[in-house]
Amino acid sequence: MSMVQLLQTNALPRRTTRLRGRMLPYLLSLPALLVCIAILVPFVTAAVYSLQRYRLNLPYLRGFIGVDNYIDFLSDPAFWNTLRISLVYTALTVVLELLLGLGIALLLRRPTRVHNAVSIVLLLPLMTAPAIAALMWKLMTNPSFGILSYLVSLFGVHDFKWASDPSSALFTVVLVDVWVYTPFIMILLLAGLRSLPRQPFEAAALDGVPASFVFFRITLPMLAPYIITASLFRLLDSIQQFDIIYAMTQGGPGDRLMVFQVQAYLEFFQYTNVGRSAALLMILWLITNILSNIFIKNWLRLRARAHGHA
Amino acid sequence: MDHSSLAGRIFRGVALALVLVFFMFPIVWILMMSFQTNEQILRIPPRILFEPTLANYQALISGHLRTTAGNLEISFMRNLMNSFVLSSAAVLLALLLGVPAAYAFARFKFRLGESIAFTLLSFRFAPPLLVLLPLSLYYQQLGLNDTYFGIVWVYQLIALPLILWIVRGYFEDISPDIEHAYRLAGHSWREAFTRIAVPLAGPGIAAAGLLSFIFCWNNFVFALILASADKQPVTVGALAFVTASGIQYGQIAAAIVLSVTPTLLLALYAQRYLVEGLSLGAVKG
Repeated sequence: MSMVQLLQTNALPRRTTRLRGRMLPYLLSLPALLVCIAILVPFVTAAVYSLQRYRLNLPYLRGFIGVDNYIDFLSDPAFWNTLRISLVYTALTVVLELLLGLGIALLLRRPTRVHNAVSIVLLLPLMTAPAIAALMWKLMTNPSFGILSYLVSLFGVHDFKWASDPSSALFTVVLVDVWVYTPFIMILLLAGLRSLPRQPFEAAALDGVPASFVFFRITLPMLAPYIITASLFRLLDSIQQFDIIYAMTQGGPGDRLMVFQVQAYLEFFQYTNVGRSAALLMILWLITNILSNIFIKNWLRLRARAHGHA
Repeated sequence: MDHSSLAGRIFRGVALALVLVFFMFPIVWILMMSFQTNEQILRIPPRILFEPTLANYQALISGHLRTTAGNLEISFMRNLMNSFVLSSAAVLLALLLGVPAAYAFARFKFRLGESIAFTLLSFRFAPPLLVLLPLSLYYQQLGLNDTYFGIVWVYQLIALPLILWIVRGYFEDISPDIEHAYRLAGHSWREAFTRIAVPLAGPGIAAAGLLSFIFCWNNFVFALILASADKQPVTVGALAFVTASGIQYGQIAAAIVLSVTPTLLLALYAQRYLVEGLSLGAVKG
């Protein structure tokens, strides 16, 4: 949850109480440790699987094959399709949600009663299960009776097939993602906006500085750490999106929406190719690690600048 | 600070209205559909005014679905109950395990604590399937996929990191001096923990508990992969129901409404805690 806390733990003064034994903290955190191990064991197993020829339907062929699973991807168009779709999906959702979330946060900036009520109501999509949200939109985009299909037909667009047409499937799932997750960005940025110091804005108002200058030169730079943090969370979730896409189209039509986790799921359960599925997920894990490292570095730099240590 | 012109105010009003329509319309529309018969739903153009029926909810609650193709037995209520059992048990367990650990992380400087915190955080960002697919093979061997315990156990991956990080932040905000004074008065650390630290961190614990309940309830992929048909929660059940019932759109809408109502009511009731929980850490700079 908390990137910021993680990064500041070193700076926190902490006092140790006098205790009978030094074992107390270890005893208290034992359960958390057990959970960690419970995650690490299957994780290591997955890493091992990714180096094996391992198909559930052909168990006698199982064996160590080094990085062959990974090398096979290089010449496999399905893999490049997965990589491309995952990155496009991630870029589209994060950019749209960021712009929309920032816009809404700016609209709701002043803490009036109406604004607070709206920001509470906007929590509801975020608290809807993404898989269920996909089902809601599926009902609304049904070609025969869906309200959205009807509405676009009023504008002369007939037979718009939403998620079942390869040309509009990506648009449709991105729309659902935007509906669910924009409020997350909005909440973080609204909290950020409301916590900014007032003096720079008051000074700018006194000097008659134009609004666009205030926005680009004061608001945005001061908000940058919040924007980076919010995008990092969304970026890492978005590249792993499974629920919305699986519930909406199971990766279809064709292979149009075969993002990493959906492809890995089908690879495992439909084609029973455990080794390949694990290798795909290891690559996804690598990508998320690289992305989060880039972001954390930028975040630290911006934070240092915001605190005047740059 | 905000000297807006009339045009500016109109623009803001319109923008706000559009935002509300976009985010609220799907919920309102599905709610309306859930009170309509299939004939009413299939009518074109759709009507805003209609005679509401409770038949969809009755069918779901009784478990007997009458379709054109014959009768269908559905276990949606069982899915709903599973969601309650799984999410509540998972959160209770996570609080029991997580609050003392969060306290240890906040009060004692020890290397293992930092390693655990880091590991949990980095796995918060690892692809869930990476852990779930090998687990599904283990679960089949151990027979855990047909037990509530097996699912509650993996739900710790959702609930525990959330509780650790949020509650830890709250404990760190409480000055240890109060506990020191209390302990100097001759009380044990356990009393200091249960009578001073936990009550003071109460709001944080509530926020973390609520958020993890909602995230467990909304989770889809864990149960999709690990739970047998009769332990599945509503998220997986609703999808299966859509596939099974095919064209019973009214009932599908009713099933959706029943699946989201508990979390949405919780969210509205506890919105202040939720916003705090969601933005804590990310915003606490």
